[in-house]
Amino acid sequence: MSEGPLEGVRIADFTWAWAGAHAIGLLAMMGAEAIKIESRKRLDHARVTSITTGEKFTEPDKSWVFNNINLNKLSVTLNLTQPKAVELAKRIVEVSDVVAQNMRPGVMDRLGLGYEALREIKPDIIYLSSSAEGATGPHGNYTGYASNFAAIGGLSCITGYPDGLPGDFRGEIDIISATTSTFAILAALNHRQRTGQGQHIDFSSSESVSVLMGDVLLDYTMNNRAEHRQGNRDSFMAPHNCYRCKGEDKWISIAIANDREWQAFCEAMGNPDWAKDRRFSGGLSRHQHQAELDGLIETWTINHTHREAMEILQKAGVAAVPSFTSADLIPDPHLRERGFWLDVEHPVIGNTVVSAPPWKLSETPIEVRRHAPLIGEHNHYVFGELLGLSSAQIARLEEESVIY
Amino acid sequence: MAEKALSGVKVLEYAQFVAGPYCAKLLADLGAEVIKIEEPQTGDEARGRGPFSNDIPHSECSGLFLYANTNKLGITLNPGASDGKRLFLELVKGADILIEDRPPGEMKRLGLDYETLKATNPRLIVTSIAPFGQTGPYADYKTYHLNSYLGSMLGSLLALDGREPVKAGGVAGEYVCGVSSAAATLAALYAQGLSGRGQHLDLSKQEMLISVGRVVAVLSAFDHQQQNPGQSSVRQCQDGWSIVMVGVEERQWLGLVELMGNPEWARDERLRDMNYLAEHRDEIERRVSEWSPEHTRDEIYHRGQALGSPTAPVLTPEEVVNSEQLAARGFFADIEHPRAGRIKYPTAPYRFSRTPWAAERPAPLLGQHNEEIYCGRLGYTREELVRLKETGAI
Repeated sequence: MSEGPLEGVRIADFTWAWAGAHAIGLLAMMGAEAIKIESRKRLDHARVTSITTGEKFTEPDKSWVFNNINLNKLSVTLNLTQPKAVELAKRIVEVSDVVAQNMRPGVMDRLGLGYEALREIKPDIIYLSSSAEGATGPHGNYTGYASNFAAIGGLSCITGYPDGLPGDFRGEIDIISATTSTFAILAALNHRQRTGQGQHIDFSSSESVSVLMGDVLLDYTMNNRAEHRQGNRDSFMAPHNCYRCKGEDKWISIAIANDREWQAFCEAMGNPDWAKDRRFSGGLSRHQHQAELDGLIETWTINHTHREAMEILQKAGVAAVPSFTSADLIPDPHLRERGFWLDVEHPVIGNTVVSAPPWKLSETPIEVRRHAPLIGEHNHYVFGELLGLSSAQIARLEEESVIY
Repeated sequence: MAEKALSGVKVLEYAQFVAGPYCAKLLADLGAEVIKIEEPQTGDEARGRGPFSNDIPHSECSGLFLYANTNKLGITLNPGASDGKRLFLELVKGADILIEDRPPGEMKRLGLDYETLKATNPRLIVTSIAPFGQTGPYADYKTYHLNSYLGSMLGSLLALDGREPVKAGGVAGEYVCGVSSAAATLAALYAQGLSGRGQHLDLSKQEMLISVGRVVAVLSAFDHQQQNPGQSSVRQCQDGWSIVMVGVEERQWLGLVELMGNPEWARDERLRDMNYLAEHRDEIERRVSEWSPEHTRDEIYHRGQALGSPTAPVLTPEEVVNSEQLAARGFFADIEHPRAGRIKYPTAPYRFSRTPWAAERPAPLLGQHNEEIYCGRLGYTREELVRLKETGAI
């Protein structure tokens, strides 16, 4: 059976938290053997707490959040403040294809695990350094979490209600950064496959946000116009908003791009009298009068559940989808039929639900194969089988808190 | 010319708006040869959307189109016209990858379903991007960015005070789908390099977007109430907004206390314990939000960072474009376009030491490379090209 498209690729994974860690999590889903190098001395904070859910975890193996981010990986414990641990880390790198790390710029260099040091021992290594604003420039040593990346990247400013705060993004920005890092590593892996050459990738999480608004940035570079947040409104389409439905805190998004869709929308609602108003007869005019229009549309949506409204409108060819929540999505028939939710058994946490990888490949499936590793779960496999240390040697290194 | 990460890789793009074209752009920017197929006359629907250079609507001057299509060759082709399908299959023969975003079932109606494409070129990777994927009860449903973003739960994370859920600014979610699709496509390319075989990728925008909210997405399965945790980290400042975070690590907390000038209330030693701090979070958040309006974004940012507190300013698009940090990293590049002129574009968030990002050419004019591709590559004569134009194939 296929192990996935990256079968045979091995990764020495020094990442932690989310943005770096899930980049390697995605590669592990693609079939790479990802060895997470971590330590009890300074636990990955996803094992301890979650900014996104507000939780604290009492033990490193009890974090379902860590599990979600680090599926399919293996774990070894190395206390990198000890020179012997650094030597072992280097030996893992010697048998790896990729190194990834998201410590503050400079930390890995000081440990002797920077790109220049590691390419000495593995010339074709691909080495990802992921940081808040990149490893160079006046802010090259600045740190941050997802909220920071979104703020510096520019997306916060243009997200949210026109009369409200800038949008406060959390974990979703980390995973976007992770996915972009995965893309970069894969480009380097494909290059290496053809040329045999490795390289270093200096990755900025904040820049990975800025590229998601290239058109907005071009509006400034072309026209000196800086877009402000406009809620769910669109500069061209109307109606284009989120409308209240029957039930508590239930909503449907509706977007109309042209007259054909507008006609279909009116018919699907049963051609209410207000829809015949001349102010709503053309795209530009609808855009100008969208505030009134939004209020009128809600008189229809409020009488339907969000799923009813979706079915009625989609049948008519109108782009209408509820604002779903977790509670809507877990039992959703479409996602169920596509097998999007998976049960993964975790030895400490028990049964956990995770989303499947978002990519269905027909020949080399990308899959969740195992729970995230317990801390140090694979010390014997990696130090023993892979590096050839004896059980006695491993035990001694454990006593010395090198393997820790 | 510098070495490129994806040089030699041949991509055919039959996609519109943002997700599919951006996926192909990411490959083109790293050296893949991308041939973009557009409908004759009308072209990619993004051409009709602004922002337009100098605010003059023109199909060659849409900033959205210009950004999402750098480094590509552009041809026109209607696969539904007589000869259109044959031309499409001839292009497929020479490609490693096809990226398409037609509504599920349409490629089959055109006689270009995966089985037919595979028979023509077994090495071909077909990346199919659709709102809800190729299968399932919603497969035929239609979405725009607003619908995709909210339909993946991400809009509910930005809702405040019982108000309506809200999308990310611009069409950010479409770009996310583009980069996610590009990652999957490169995984398949790596496998193709080993096996010589292609495959079909069924990608759902909804699933790609839920996946970026993957932790919150499963909260309801863990008996959690889905909620926005704690208070927002966005704080009012003298001159705008900043991010000031409370309570991730002890040393960060100590940095913040010093940044705030060691106020009496913050000197409580017990607050150094992040669990204790979490219990008193509401009170602390309130105090921080009372402190920040007296200070500027720059002061909070640079002093905060120097003291170990992960602070950041909320930058406007103008400030992003004028950022010193981005200038030092060469994040923006000028690209000259025959109609839109010389414009500054964002480049990419990665610096490859050996195979740098490069702008070799601007987005193509509609049908700009018809002669180069149809005559130069496929061997048609100019007379035949004229005939193909007349029949509406190109």
